[in-house]
Amino acid sequence: MNSSLPLPRWADVLLMPILNLVIALAAAAIVVMLVGQSPSAVMPVLVKGAFGSARGLSYTMYYATSFIFTGLAVAVAFHGGLFNIGAEGQATIGGLGTGLVAMWLSHKLPAPVLLPLMLLGGALFGMAWAAVPAYLQAYRGSHVVITTIMFNFLASTLLVYLLVNHLKSAGDMAIETAPFGPAAHLPGMHEALAWLGIEWPSSPLNISLILALLAAAGVYAMLWHSRAGYRLRAVGSSEGAAAYAGINPKHQVIIAMGLSGALAGMVGMNEIAGVNGKLLLDFVGGAGFTGIAVAVMGRNHPVGIVLASVLFGALFQGGAEVAFDVPGFSRDMVVMLQGFIVLFSGAMAYVIAPWVAVALHRFGGGRRTAQGAKVPGASLG
Amino acid sequence: MTDSSSAVAVRMAGINKRFGAVLANADVNLRVLSGTVHGLVGENGAGKSTLMSVLYGFYGADSGSIEVFGQPARIRNANEAIALGLGMVHQHFMLVDTLSAIENVMLGAEPHVLLRRADAVVRAKLDQLMASTGLRVSLDALVGDLSVGDRQRLEILKALYRGARILILDEPTAVLTPQETEQLFDVLARLREQGTTIILITHKLKEVMRLCDHVTVMRGGKVVHECPIAQASIAQLAEAMVGRKVNIGRQGDALATAGEVVLQAKGLALRDAMKVTRLHGLDLTLRAGEIVGVAGVAGNGQSELLELLSGLRAPDAGHLQLGNEGFEPGRWLDPRRARHLGLAHVPEDRHARAMVMDFAAWESAVLGYEEQPAYSRAGWMLHRRMREATAALMERFDVRPRDVSLGSAKFSGGNQQKLVLAREIGQAPRVLLVGQPTRGVDIGAIEFIHAQLRALRDAGCALLVVSSELDEILALSDRVLVMNEGRITGELPIAECNEAKIGLLMCMTESASERQAQTVEGAAA
Amino acid sequence: MDSELIGALLASTLRVATPLILCALAGLFSERSGVVDIGLEGKMLFAAFAAGASGAAFGSTSLALLFAMGSGVLLSWLHGFACVSHRGDQVVSGVAINILALGLTVVLGLAWFHQGGQTPPLSNQVRLQSIWPGAAAALQGIPFIGPVLGDGLLSHNALVYAAVLLVGVAWWTLYRTRFGLRLRAVGENPHMVDAAGVSVIRLRYAALTLNGLLCGLAGSYLVLAQSAAFAPNMTAGRGFMALAALIFGNWRPVPALFACLLFGFLDATAIRLQGVSLPGIGEVPVQAVQALPYLLTVILLAGFIGKPAMPRALGRPYLKER
Repeated sequence: MNSSLPLPRWADVLLMPILNLVIALAAAAIVVMLVGQSPSAVMPVLVKGAFGSARGLSYTMYYATSFIFTGLAVAVAFHGGLFNIGAEGQATIGGLGTGLVAMWLSHKLPAPVLLPLMLLGGALFGMAWAAVPAYLQAYRGSHVVITTIMFNFLASTLLVYLLVNHLKSAGDMAIETAPFGPAAHLPGMHEALAWLGIEWPSSPLNISLILALLAAAGVYAMLWHSRAGYRLRAVGSSEGAAAYAGINPKHQVIIAMGLSGALAGMVGMNEIAGVNGKLLLDFVGGAGFTGIAVAVMGRNHPVGIVLASVLFGALFQGGAEVAFDVPGFSRDMVVMLQGFIVLFSGAMAYVIAPWVAVALHRFGGGRRTAQGAKVPGASLG
Repeated sequence: MTDSSSAVAVRMAGINKRFGAVLANADVNLRVLSGTVHGLVGENGAGKSTLMSVLYGFYGADSGSIEVFGQPARIRNANEAIALGLGMVHQHFMLVDTLSAIENVMLGAEPHVLLRRADAVVRAKLDQLMASTGLRVSLDALVGDLSVGDRQRLEILKALYRGARILILDEPTAVLTPQETEQLFDVLARLREQGTTIILITHKLKEVMRLCDHVTVMRGGKVVHECPIAQASIAQLAEAMVGRKVNIGRQGDALATAGEVVLQAKGLALRDAMKVTRLHGLDLTLRAGEIVGVAGVAGNGQSELLELLSGLRAPDAGHLQLGNEGFEPGRWLDPRRARHLGLAHVPEDRHARAMVMDFAAWESAVLGYEEQPAYSRAGWMLHRRMREATAALMERFDVRPRDVSLGSAKFSGGNQQKLVLAREIGQAPRVLLVGQPTRGVDIGAIEFIHAQLRALRDAGCALLVVSSELDEILALSDRVLVMNEGRITGELPIAECNEAKIGLLMCMTESASERQAQTVEGAAA
Repeated sequence: MDSELIGALLASTLRVATPLILCALAGLFSERSGVVDIGLEGKMLFAAFAAGASGAAFGSTSLALLFAMGSGVLLSWLHGFACVSHRGDQVVSGVAINILALGLTVVLGLAWFHQGGQTPPLSNQVRLQSIWPGAAAALQGIPFIGPVLGDGLLSHNALVYAAVLLVGVAWWTLYRTRFGLRLRAVGENPHMVDAAGVSVIRLRYAALTLNGLLCGLAGSYLVLAQSAAFAPNMTAGRGFMALAALIFGNWRPVPALFACLLFGFLDATAIRLQGVSLPGIGEVPVQAVQALPYLLTVILLAGFIGKPAMPRALGRPYLKER
């Protein structure tokens, strides 16, 4: 990237993402207009559908929950210098783990013991599914992007195989397990709020949202406050410096991907334990790929990821409402918008950077500094 | 070779080139006669590479003129240089390993769209070239399978194929075995016979004496000496190359009394990925309370030596004794162990090794030491302590600006170096390895850094300083080792150092221990 | 194992493999030039839509092909703009193209045809027919080789044969032309190519253009030969399988062809193997066969079958250093 003028840090962290989002929205709006719809009619419905009612908000946050998990997963890997496209597969296998624990123990253990075990099962299974590509990258040089794509496919075929041949209740046509016992059920948000005396409409939103937010806080603490996170970020930033410091890059690859897989594996707590109460096909529903979009938009920072997850959750929920209310509009427009967001915020994130930098310097009164002197803060983020 | 060839192949006049604060070429004049081998000699940073880069079109000179074969020339890029008949063989080969030799030669100048036809044309021409020059390369071999010597021959063939009449070779023998060097000399001699003009960039004076017809010596961006080889001697050239007053900036204190041995290395041998030997069984001893300087042109094994001693790399053979612990190639030192044993390291490559550029200063300031109780406990980093410690280090070493939150990349080179030194010296190490302590550092900080290193020595630390600035070595060291071609060619106490001796040692090709009959005075025991 | 079964298997292998072959060749050009192409899936999908839409709108096979190839090229150039001209992350760009294609095809399909995202079925005039329609029946009678030759090899439409031919063309382009030499070089050492005076960016864009054209052909096959209309997400991961085949074929055209045939064969046999007990292994679950292509690719990448020959500059944006 060769900007002859540097971007101030606030522009890099705040202005550019907003500008890129605006461009993505504009591109989507153009398409919407081209097919004869009116973006201005659509937007209010979308926003209202996503945030305007307690039920809509709940759905938004329910979608966001899974995105937070997968977004964190992708971000942790990025900080370690790796691209984890395999969150979809890791979430699938993680959910399998959660489901297996539930199947075996849901009639034997009470909820307070079972639920943490289910979480552990999901995290461990997800971790294991990510650890194999990680090992292959670290010790055999196999490109982690390609192996994780392959592992996505392997995960879905494995799930189908297990469900069809071993796990589904006999005699049942549906490809899913028998429902778990009530102990395996993660309380819905409306149930939790009812304990506190607050009335809330029922929806798929469940307390795994709290788990997701805790996970975000945990990732933040890990990355920037723990020694393990220090080492991970060092390897992701500069392998040479990390080697100099005595940090083993191979170990860090495995750790980063393992953590990443574990986070992705927690999607099962939302979808399997929170919503479905049984193991079924395609419960991840593309959240692994949305996680990439979320991480890219959120600049790989937990706060950004939570915000971006809510944005994408709103797009999903609002999009469903619009598909309902506005004739000719379908949920695929949201998918298309998602594609534009990944394109402009991700792949083309810095295309407009030189112009933005010029504009800022011109309007900022030209904080020209003397040759060589450094002004703290005015520099390339 | 008679001197009747009066045609001038290359004339560069009044070349000036500045990079920021550094004047790489100052009013340089160069005259290369056609059909001769012209040596361009100097230490690192003398300006010879810059000059040739200007000639080949990689840079534009700030001022000055160039004439090629009598015609004034403006050379803006490599293609224009090639069109004028210039060809350059770089130190790092520009070859594609997975393609064959002939494909590498063809690329970019294929005579035909269809490779079969192009191959026939190129092969015929290359066969001719190979016959007339004696350069033999297996044209259908994959470059990845070729030896280093073969690859270099291929690069020369490539240049000749493009019609080079003036061949520039940049440190060609740096990567060659002695036999390959002989072969190269044969080839160059034959080329000269055929009228090709050759410019040889090198610091190896023996080769210059053997091969060249004329020589130009550069130092500090200027031409300091120029003559036909018949009128030159190695000693004269060495002095010109290195020549400076000894004891510039030397602090008064005489020989520091060195204490016990803290580090001892025996027989360190290393071959790199291309099977070129980088270190030939090196021995080294460091004692408490002394500064040992390693002088020599960069690229002669000094970097590898530092990597071995700091644990970044393991040798093929050798033994290292650090304090009470011994290390062999199978279980070599690693950087963490080294730090535990009291060895600190200021790396040569600040950007890729010494700091994580994306980290803020307070995070870079604990790099390598993050597990110490001062900085972390139970797996958690203690941010407040880290910041306080960094602020204290910055205060002590006058790092500016005094902003611990500033990104590491935003400090100037000098301040980055001070921060790294602060970090390493702050650990009160028993051994400190320093690579290029003041590279890219402004004048004001250089003195400060030197003072810090001396203070550390006075406190009893053993320091090993590698620098391609001879000034610096002479200013700091109690004992000077000279390295050339992976060997320590000589060792002198500082009192016995002078430019002639050091220059000579830089050109030696046998190690001090291999040399029995030489009478380099004061070879340390 | 009678010859009719062999003939049928051969026929379905070739039919399944054709879009894989075309897509793998597309990926070949792009990746050999150093540009990672995760977006094969999205490009093939969009091209299928373009073929289906224009085929229905204009009733012309050639226009359908034209639009398909054109849309492939446009998306490839978008990828190039983001990654080659502006050095964006190549994987993210590919993922973006996939998601974009997924949504955009349905949006446009709904708006133009109102059939739930599908395009109207194409008539037999527009769809590709087998070149020798009578061959299968005519050769039926010949023992042993009759069905194999007739049904298996001669009953296909033009694109199937074109795909195999294109493998030869790709091989020839890559190894026998000046362009191919430069392409191979730029994927390994772009600095060398730059120093030799050849434009790295132009080479990569040329590779991407070929990539777009081939993806276009792959997508149009789905609609002009396999089904009769576009359906949302009809590629169903085939773009990734083509990528796997390319990698399994070690980034070389002929091995990639064999990989595609192998994967096609696995697909063709997967259903037939259901319930069948193989000696020594027992009953093979269909999912195991479905998983094999991906598993094999991972095993190759891990270096257990031969050494992976990934272009060395793959995935790294080119920065002119001085």
